[in-house]
Amino acid sequence: MNYFLTEEQQAIQETAREIAQKKIKPVREHYDVSEEYPWPIVEELRKADLFGVYFPTQYGGLGGAGFELCLVVEEISRVCGGTALTIACTALCAFPIILFGTPKQKEKYLPDLASGKRLGAFTITEPEAGSDATATSCKAKKEGDYYVLNGTKNFCSNGNAAEIYTLFASTNPARGPRGLSAFIVEKGTPGFSMGKKEVKMGIRASPTYELNFDNCKVPAENFLGGEGHGLSVAQGTFDISRPGVAAQALGIAQGALDEALNYARMRKQFGQSVLSFQSSQHMAADMATQIEAARSLLYSVTRAMDKDLLAAEALSEKSGKTVYEELKKVSSKRWTKYSAMVKLFCSDVAMKVTTDAVQLCGGIGYMRDFPVEKYMRDAKITQIYEGTNQIQRNEIGYALIKELAKG
Amino acid sequence: MHILACIKQTPATSNVQIDPKTGTLKREGMAAAINPFDEYAIEEAVRIKEKVPNTVVSVLTMGPPQAEESLRDAISRGCDQAFHLCDRAFAGADTYATSYALQMGIRKIETVTQKKVDLILCGKQTNDGELDIPNAAYVKKVEEINETMIRVWRMMEDGADLIELPLPALIAVVKEINEPRVPSLRGKMAAKKAVIPRWTAQDIEADKTKIGLGGSPTIVASSFNPPPRIGGVKIGGATAEEKAKNLVAKLLEMKLI
Repeated sequence: MNYFLTEEQQAIQETAREIAQKKIKPVREHYDVSEEYPWPIVEELRKADLFGVYFPTQYGGLGGAGFELCLVVEEISRVCGGTALTIACTALCAFPIILFGTPKQKEKYLPDLASGKRLGAFTITEPEAGSDATATSCKAKKEGDYYVLNGTKNFCSNGNAAEIYTLFASTNPARGPRGLSAFIVEKGTPGFSMGKKEVKMGIRASPTYELNFDNCKVPAENFLGGEGHGLSVAQGTFDISRPGVAAQALGIAQGALDEALNYARMRKQFGQSVLSFQSSQHMAADMATQIEAARSLLYSVTRAMDKDLLAAEALSEKSGKTVYEELKKVSSKRWTKYSAMVKLFCSDVAMKVTTDAVQLCGGIGYMRDFPVEKYMRDAKITQIYEGTNQIQRNEIGYALIKELAKG
Repeated sequence: MHILACIKQTPATSNVQIDPKTGTLKREGMAAAINPFDEYAIEEAVRIKEKVPNTVVSVLTMGPPQAEESLRDAISRGCDQAFHLCDRAFAGADTYATSYALQMGIRKIETVTQKKVDLILCGKQTNDGELDIPNAAYVKKVEEINETMIRVWRMMEDGADLIELPLPALIAVVKEINEPRVPSLRGKMAAKKAVIPRWTAQDIEADKTKIGLGGSPTIVASSFNPPPRIGGVKIGGATAEEKAKNLVAKLLEMKLI
């Protein structure tokens, strides 16, 4: 299938595929079992420039955008959905800085994130604030040139591996959702410590931590977006970042199909290959068709989004305004509906395909020493994080009603 | 520092067929790649470059026009510039004629870049010792390197030697030395754009009588795939003493002692 990749995009895909096959595949089981952080893989990804594919060139990137990131995440997830988060979580930290950062913030943080020298994480979830981000209880109080953070964040992916965090806290609890603000917080800031490490079903190569803030003083210059604009920072980020989760889901689905097909062809029952049975072929056909549909949706939406995003990035460099401000000028509409559709569809496909992959392989598919069950465990999270699929449906429904109201 | 990696292009498999009629390798239709052993030489050169400031890595090969692909591959792995010796007159060269051509090529590189080559790196199964400089083969680790010397571990059958060579020097590396990286994206972009000079025998001022088939003292009588090795005999026994007894008995039986 010709996906009309540019020469550069082909090189990105090939490089990510080569690292996935040569460097990640042989060790994925080790990291899944041990839950260690795959630092040697991070080093390979750094050396190959894969952390930088979606950053503007002036910040040390290769000048691509969301589509290039998706190509990398898809290829790595095809082998290991957990390891892909080294790059995907860093992207979730970087996107709010790219979109809402001041020139000074971008100069300070983006080059390290683009080279992979420092990894990033994004933290919004709290014990009592999941889908309802407005219930955030982590507080940030202004004191002179600082904001003092107090509270707890949980389920932070890339938890202790990251060194730069984009964090959401309430600067004005009385104003509820309008009191939420975003910050850039660096590891090592006094008062910032790691809490409990979660033990997870899947994506076990990626550490998920609770983060504690106890009178943690963050310089006021690390304030991201305007005061009380946190919710719009989060939503603007998710519009751009959700295709990354979709790419992870797509890669997981493709990887599961690859493994299941290879096994089903080789496995003999009743004197013939299991794949020669029509029941197996129909199952495989449905899996492959859903994957191809997911890929088409993901690629077309990210390409359309990137056209606006890259234009806004270029304008922002000239005007000194944030990319998000320029983005609103480039296109009046937000990408919420489409990015929610991509995330929803690809992750549902991943769950269905990986479940069927286990079924197609039979008993061996259920075993830990065969790679297929891992795909099923890894797929589940893609229906949950960066907004559950129920929240995605809410977003799409809300957008449809808004469109109707406009006439 | 100026490092030169000497590489060659080989079929991208170790399962090469030999033409029974001519005794030469069947290369037609085979995908080609950098000689796997040379990948370690390139990787080590790039690692030294990352450690020693102001280091430039050049890469040199002698081969047909399609060998240029392997030079581009070397650039994508971090080499800075590539040079290609390409002339029908070089064809059929044995190790002696190849060494001579490479030697002349290296001189030309030094002239063109105006930088003396301090260190030559090559893979295990290439040895170009015609340069009259200190050399070490079977190198498994570079312990230390600076502008004037290199200290390396050389693999021996019964252990390893730590040896120091003054620069310029040549070292041939083994696969234990490193794990080659995957070419980087910036490397791939640079490789696409790189302009690689292609030099003939005349360009490098080579003596025509010393190159190619005519300049090769070796005569290939015939080539064949060696028969697979038959397994040895394992001497069994529960304890070392018992094993020793069994061994002596076996040697006596074979009338060797």
